[in-house]
Amino acid sequence: MSEATATIEHRTPHLTIRPSRGWSPINLRELWMFRDLLLVLAGRDVKLRYRQTALGAIWVILQPLMAAGIFAVVFGKVAKLPSDGVPYFLFAYAGQLGWGVFSGTLSKSSLSLVGNAHLVSKIYFPRLVLPLSTTLGVLLDFAVALGMMVVLMALYHVRPHAGLLLLPVWMVLILMLSLGLGLIAAALTVSYRDIQHILPVIIPFIMYASPVAYSMQAVPASLKPFFLVNPMSGLLEAFRWSLLGTGHLRPDFLGYSAAAAVLVFFFGAFSFRKMERKFADVI
Amino acid sequence: MSSSSDIAISVRGLGKAYTIAHTQAKHTTAAEALMSRLRRPLQRSETETFWALKDVSFDVRRGDVVGIIGRNGAGKSTLLKVLSRITEPTTGEIDLYGRVGSLLEVGTGFHPELTGRENIFLNGAILGMRKSEIQRQFDAIVDFAGVEQFLDTPVKRYSSGMYVRLAFAVAAHLRSEILVVDEVLAVGDAEFQKKCLGKMKDVASGGRTVLFVSHNLGAIRSLCRTALVVSNGELTLEADAEEACRTYLHEMQTTPQELDSPSVVRSGTGEMRLTGIQLLSQDAEVSQVSGGDDVVFAFAYKNSGTQKHAQLLLTCYDQQDTALFHLRRDIAAYAKEGEVGNGVVHCQIRRLPLNIGRYRLAVALQDPAGQNLDHVSNAFSFDVVSCHFYNNGQTPDPRYSPFLVEHQFTDGRNDSGSRK
Repeated sequence: MSEATATIEHRTPHLTIRPSRGWSPINLRELWMFRDLLLVLAGRDVKLRYRQTALGAIWVILQPLMAAGIFAVVFGKVAKLPSDGVPYFLFAYAGQLGWGVFSGTLSKSSLSLVGNAHLVSKIYFPRLVLPLSTTLGVLLDFAVALGMMVVLMALYHVRPHAGLLLLPVWMVLILMLSLGLGLIAAALTVSYRDIQHILPVIIPFIMYASPVAYSMQAVPASLKPFFLVNPMSGLLEAFRWSLLGTGHLRPDFLGYSAAAAVLVFFFGAFSFRKMERKFADVI
Repeated sequence: MSSSSDIAISVRGLGKAYTIAHTQAKHTTAAEALMSRLRRPLQRSETETFWALKDVSFDVRRGDVVGIIGRNGAGKSTLLKVLSRITEPTTGEIDLYGRVGSLLEVGTGFHPELTGRENIFLNGAILGMRKSEIQRQFDAIVDFAGVEQFLDTPVKRYSSGMYVRLAFAVAAHLRSEILVVDEVLAVGDAEFQKKCLGKMKDVASGGRTVLFVSHNLGAIRSLCRTALVVSNGELTLEADAEEACRTYLHEMQTTPQELDSPSVVRSGTGEMRLTGIQLLSQDAEVSQVSGGDDVVFAFAYKNSGTQKHAQLLLTCYDQQDTALFHLRRDIAAYAKEGEVGNGVVHCQIRRLPLNIGRYRLAVALQDPAGQNLDHVSNAFSFDVVSCHFYNNGQTPDPRYSPFLVEHQFTDGRNDSGSRK
C-alpha cells in the first residue's frame, strides 16, 4: 500500500507539445480535469445574466410563457389550428420548452468563443469548455421552465403517461443537434463574425419550419416531406408526445432525426477540434 | 524518458510561423472570402510567412528559475504562449514534466460585475486550480491581497490598486510544478511590485521551475540564476543571468528596434519608411521609464523616394486607446534621385508627465500635402513603471490622474474687505 502512494507522489505528469495534423480526438479525460472551470464559467454566466433586471430569474419562466401565449392566440384562436385535443396554450408551451433548449444552446454556444476572446488568447484550457459551459446554463433554464410545465399540466388536469420516461432521450438528441451546430458556428465565428449576424435570422426561420407552435398534423400532406427534412420536426413531436401524449411516434422519422443529431454532433465536435488550433492566433 | 528525471522543460527545434495576409487579400467577412474564392478559384491569397520563433532549443532543469529577456517583438511572448499551450508550435517539440501554470496577464477573466469572492474562484479556475485547492488557499489569498472588507463588493468598485493586488494574489497561490510568468511585475505601485517580487522569490526558492519574462533586468538579476536572450525569434544566448543582462543591454544600445520587418502592420505610399524607434533615458536605450524622467524618443527613417520635405507626426495613446498627446515636426528628408536618404529625428521630453501604465506610439511620416508616406499605428510601446514626478514619494491613482501636471499650491489669505 505504501508503495502505491509513493509512486503516485513521484509521478509527474508528462506532456509533449508538438504540431498536430488532421483530425484530433476529443480528450474526455482532460475535459473532466477542467470540470471545475466548466461549472464556474456556467455559474458566472447565470449570475451575470439577470444582474440589473427588475424581475431577475423570473424571466426564465416568463419568456416561454409569453411565447406560448402569443402562439396560443395567433395559431390557436386566429388560425384555429388543431392541437391534438390539448389546450393550445399548454400545447405551445411544451413546444416552446423543447425549442428553447435548441435555440438557447445554438445561439449561446455560437457566441461563447468570441465572448471570451480575452480568455482564449491568454490562457490554455480545452476550448470545448466554453460552449459546454453555456449549455449548462441553458439546461438550468430548462429545468426551471420544466417545473412550470408541471404546474401548467396540473392546472389543466393533464395526466403524465409512460412516454414521459423517454423524455431524456429526446433531450439528449436535441442537445446533440444544437451543440453540434453551435460548435461549428462558434469555431467559424472566430474567423468570420458574419455568423453572429446571420444566426439571429436563421434561428427564428428554423423555429417556424419546426412544429413548435403548431402540430405536424396541421401541415398539409404535400408539404410534410419538406418539414421532415428538418431533424427538429421529429424530435419536437416526440418531445411533446412524451409530455402530453399528442401526435404519434413515427420510428422512421425519429430514426432519421436521431441519426442526423448524432452525426451533426460528432461532425461539429471534430471540426471544432480541428479549427481550435488557430483560435488564439486569429481571435 | 528515463534520463529526464531532473529535466522540467525540454524544447527542441521549436518554431512558430504566422501567416500574414496582405491587405488586399485579407477577408474578414465570409462573403468576401467566398467572392474572391469564386473569382479566382485557383489562386492562393497572397500571404507571407513570418517566423516569430525559429529553431529554439533549450532545457530547463527542475527547480531552476530562468529569465527570458529580449526587446518588444523578439518572440518572448510567443515562446510563453507556445509553452503554455495557448497556441500550437509550427515545428519542433516541447516536453513538459509537471503541471504548467501560466500567468501571461494579471487577472485574466476577472469580471467587473462579480464580487471579490466570486472572482477569486473564477480566476482560480481559469488558471487551472481545482475548487478544493482554491478553498484551501482562500484565506491566504485574501490575506495577501488585503481586501477582507471588500470580499462581497463587485470588483468594479475596487481601486485599481486593490484590483491588481487581488488578481496577483490569486495567481501567486497557483500550485503547479512549472510556472510561466510574463511581465506580471509591471503593474501596481512600487511598493506592491516589491511585495510581488518577494512572493516570486518565495516561489523560486520553493523548488518549483519558473520561466520568467521581464523587461525589468533588476528583477531578472535578483530572481534568476540563468537567462535566455531572445532576438528576432531566435535564442541568441543561454547564460547566467548577469551575463545575459549585460549582453542584452549591449544589444539594446547598438541596434534600434526593428520597424522595417514585414510583420509590421503599416499603411502609406512607402516612399519613406520608419525603420526604428528607440526610447532613451540618460543616453541608454530602455523599454520602461518612470514618470518624471527626462526621455528621448529617437525615430530612424529611410527615404527611398525623392521626398525633400516631410513631417513626422506622433501620437501617444494609453491602454484604453485614448490619445494623450500629439506632436509633429518638419524634417528635411534629403534624398537624391535613385539614392536612399536615411536620418534620425530626436524628440526630447523633459520630466515625462505620464503616470504608471503602458503606452503606445502611433507614428506617421507625411508629405507636405498631408498624404501618409508611412503610418504605423502600433509603432512602439513602453511602460511607465514608477513615478517620481511630484518628488513627494507619492503616485496619484492612475484612474484619476492619467498624466501629471506641474503645479504649485500656496496658502492665499482671503483679503477682500478685511484689509485695513
